Amino acid sequence: MTPVLETRALCKTFGALEASRDVSLSVRPGEIHALIGPNGAGKSTLISQICGTQPPDSGTVHLMGQDVTHLSAAARARAGLARTFQISALAPELSVLQNAVLGALGASGGSFRMAARVMGDAALLVEADEALDRVGLTAQRDTRVSDLSHAQRRLLEVAVALTLRPKVFLMDEPMAGLGADGSRALTALLADLRNEAPILLVEHDMDAVFVLADRISVLVYGRIITTGSPRDIRADAAVREAYLGEETP
Amino acid sequence: MSWLLLIEQVLNGLQLGVMLFVMAAGLTLVFGVMGLINLAHGSLYMIGAFAAAAVAGATGSFLLALIAALGAAAAAGALVEIIVIRRLYGRDHLDQVLATFALILIFSEGVRWAFGSFPLFLDIPSYLSGPVSLPGGILYPAYRLAIIGIGLAVALGLWALISHTRLGVQIRAGEADREMIAALGVDISKLYTVVFALGAALAGLAGALVGAIQSVQVGMGEPVLILAFVVIVIGGIGSIKGAFVGALLVGLTDTLGGFLLPQLFALFMEPSAAGAVGSALASMAIYLLMAVVLIVRPAGLYGEPA
Amino acid sequence: MSRAAVVNAAIALSILAVPLYALAADEPFLITLATRAAILALAGVGLNIALGQGGLVSLGHAAFFGIGGYAMGIVAFHAQSFTPLMIGPLEFQGSKSMPLIWLVAILSSGAAALVIGALSLRTSGVYFIMITLAFGQMLFYFAISWPAYGGEDGLSIYVRNGFPGLNTLDPIQFFGICFALLGAALWISARLAASPFGLALAAARQSVARAQAVGLNVPRIQLAAFTISGMITGLAGALFADLNRFVSPTMLSWQMSGEIMVFVILGGTARLFGPVAGAALYVLLEHLLGGISEFWQIYLGGLLLAVVLFARGGLVGLLAGGAR
Repeated sequence: MTPVLETRALCKTFGALEASRDVSLSVRPGEIHALIGPNGAGKSTLISQICGTQPPDSGTVHLMGQDVTHLSAAARARAGLARTFQISALAPELSVLQNAVLGALGASGGSFRMAARVMGDAALLVEADEALDRVGLTAQRDTRVSDLSHAQRRLLEVAVALTLRPKVFLMDEPMAGLGADGSRALTALLADLRNEAPILLVEHDMDAVFVLADRISVLVYGRIITTGSPRDIRADAAVREAYLGEETP
Repeated sequence: MSWLLLIEQVLNGLQLGVMLFVMAAGLTLVFGVMGLINLAHGSLYMIGAFAAAAVAGATGSFLLALIAALGAAAAAGALVEIIVIRRLYGRDHLDQVLATFALILIFSEGVRWAFGSFPLFLDIPSYLSGPVSLPGGILYPAYRLAIIGIGLAVALGLWALISHTRLGVQIRAGEADREMIAALGVDISKLYTVVFALGAALAGLAGALVGAIQSVQVGMGEPVLILAFVVIVIGGIGSIKGAFVGALLVGLTDTLGGFLLPQLFALFMEPSAAGAVGSALASMAIYLLMAVVLIVRPAGLYGEPA
Repeated sequence: MSRAAVVNAAIALSILAVPLYALAADEPFLITLATRAAILALAGVGLNIALGQGGLVSLGHAAFFGIGGYAMGIVAFHAQSFTPLMIGPLEFQGSKSMPLIWLVAILSSGAAALVIGALSLRTSGVYFIMITLAFGQMLFYFAISWPAYGGEDGLSIYVRNGFPGLNTLDPIQFFGICFALLGAALWISARLAASPFGLALAAARQSVARAQAVGLNVPRIQLAAFTISGMITGLAGALFADLNRFVSPTMLSWQMSGEIMVFVILGGTARLFGPVAGAALYVLLEHLLGGISEFWQIYLGGLLLAVVLFARGGLVGLLAGGAR
C-alpha cells in the first residue's frame, strides 16, 4: 500500500542547529498519524519542508508516490496537500464564507477568471457551505474573519482545508488555545475526517493524540526516535524519558 | 581611448560612490534598526547643502559650513523624528512612504520659501581648489580627492562606531531583535532619535560636500535619494557593508557607463547616433545592474533572504 | 442604498456637475479643471488595482502614466510630421485617432508593467517600493537622454487628436470622453474586485500563506493585477498628454508617482471611488490654495500628513464611515 504522504531522510540544519535529522515518516490511507515532540524538537521546520515553504538540505517529500520536493507550496496544495496553520492564517478582511469560497476556488483552479462574479458561482458556494456546515460555522457564514473568536478561526481553518478536497491533511496544532469543550468537539470532527483523507496531526494535546492517532511518531532534537501505536508509545521507555516524563510525572 | 582619462573617470566613479555610501548608510541604518523607509532622507541632504551655503556665504569658512551642515541636518532629523517619524514605526510601509512624501513637500516648499527658487553656490575652499598631481602624471581636482577621503573616513568611522562602541552594540542589538534592546535596558526612543539624527547628519554632510561641485537648489536631494535606494537594493537592506559595496558599484557603473558606452557604440555606429544611443543606455545602466542583481539575488548581495 | 453607495454617487455627480455648470456659465477653464481631475482620477483608479486590491505599493506608476503619454506623443508626432515610425524593419504610419492611440498606450504601458512587475515581484515589502521607484526613474532618465522625441524639452502636438463623431477641441466633449473612460475603468475595477481573480488577489494581499495554502499562484496573480493596473494608468497618461497637447519627462518623474499615490490615499485605499475623490480634492486644492500661495504644496504636505497619521480611511472613509 503506497503511503499518501511520505518523507525520506529529510535533513535541515541552521548553522550548528540540526533541525531535521534524517526524518522519514509516512501517512497511510485512512489513518491519523500523530507527530509529537517537546518544544524545539523541530516540528515547525519539518512542517515547512513538507508544505514547501522551506527546502530541505537533503532528502525528499512524496505525495501519492510522486516526488514533490521541488514543487512550491501552492503546487503541493494543488496536488492534494491541505494544511492548517498553528497560528490561524486566514484572510482577515473577508467573510467566513469568502474564505471558504477561496479554498474551493483554489481547488477549482479558476483563479484567473475576471469576468464572473465569484460570490454568484453556485458550484463554489455549494462546496463552501458544505464545508462550513461540516465544522458548524453556518451561522457565522457572513461574519468578518477579524470578528471571529479564536475557536471559530480554528474551525474555519479546518473548513478551508476541507474545501480543497485534499488527498491528505496536515494539521499543525489544531487544538492550540481551545478549551476542553472545543478540543472535544474538534477531536470528534477529526475522527470523522479521516474517512475522507488521512491526517498528519502535529499536536500538543496528548489526550486528543491518544484518542485519535492510529500511529504516533516522536520527534526529539530533530530526529524521530520511535514510531508506533499509541499503546507502544505509552510503554516506550525512551519516549517516557525524553518527552512524556516531562508532562506526566 | 586614453588611459589617463579612464583613470580620471574611475576616480570620479569612486567619488560618486563614496557620497552615495554616506547617503545610503543613514537610510539603511534607519531601516535596519527601526524598520522605517524614509523618503525624506533626500530633504535632509538638501538641508545640509543649504545650511552650508548660508554659513559659507556669511562667514567665508568652508569648515564652519560643513559643521553647520552636520548640525542643521542632525537637528532637523531629530526634530522630525520626535514630531512625526516615531509615530510611523509601527505602521505599514505604505503609511511611511506617504508621510515621508508629505515631509518632502513640506521641506522642499519651506526651503523654497526661505531661500527662493534660484540655485545657491557653495565655493570650494581655496586650499582645495587646484588640481593635485597623482603618480603617473594624472592631474585630479584636490577637492574631489578630498571627498573620496572624507567618504572613506566616514565608512571607517561607522565601522568603528558599530563594532567598538556602546551605541554600536545597541544598534546591532536593534537590528537583530527589537525586543532585545528593551531587555538590555536601553531607552529605545532615545536610541531611535540618535540613530535617525546620525543618519540625517550623514545626509547633510553629503549634501554640503556635493553642493560645492554642483549647485545648491530645491529638489537636489531626491535624485540622490533614489540612487541611494538602488544602492541599498543592490547591497541588501540593513547591511552597511552591502551599502558600501553597492555604492561603489553604482558609482563606478554610472560614471564608466557614461564614459565607455558611447565609445563602445562608436565602434560600429556613426558618431552622433552612437553618442545618443550610448548616453541613453548609460542613463539606464545602474538600473539594469539592479535588475541583474535582483534576478540573481532577490535580497541583495549582503541581504538576508526573506 | 448603503451610505458608501450614496457617497460614491455624490462624488461622481459633483465631478459631472462642475463642467455642466461651467458650460452654462461659460467658464471653459473650469471644464479643463474637471477634465484634469477625471484623467488624474483614472490614473489613480489604475494604481488602486495594484495598491488597494493587491496591496502592491508601487512608487513607480509614473512610468506607465508617462509611457501612455509618450505613446500618444510619438504616434501623433509621426502623423503631424508625415514621417513613418520605424521599429526595426517594420514601418508604421502615425495617427491622430484617439482609439488607436489609446490602444497603443494601453498595450505599451501593459508590456512595460509586465516586465517591471515580473522583476519587482521577485521581492516584496520595502524592496518592492524602492525597486518600482527606481525603474520609474530609469525611464525618466531614458526619456531625458533620448533625443529623438524632444529629450528633456518634451514633445508638443499642435492639434488635439480626434475621436470619430465628436469634436474633441470642444472642452465639454473632450471632458465627456474622459468622464466616460473613467466610468468604464471604475466599472472594470469593481467587476474585477468581485470576480474570482479579485478574491484571489485580496487573499494574497491579506495573507500570502493562506493564498499559497489553497494552491493559488500568488506571484502570477499579482503580476496580472500589476499589469492591468499599469494599462489603466497608461490610458490616463495618453489622455493627460492629449489634454495638454504636450508630453515631457515630467510625466515620468518620481513626483508624479508620488502624486498618483496621493490621489489614492487622500480618497481612501481600496475604496472604489477613493481615487476619484482624492484626485478631485487634489485638483481643487491645487486651484484654491495655488491661488492663495505660491507655496501651496506645504499645505498639501500638512494635509497628507494629517490624513496618514489620523484619518487612515481617507476622504471616502470619513464620509462613508465603517470598515471598507
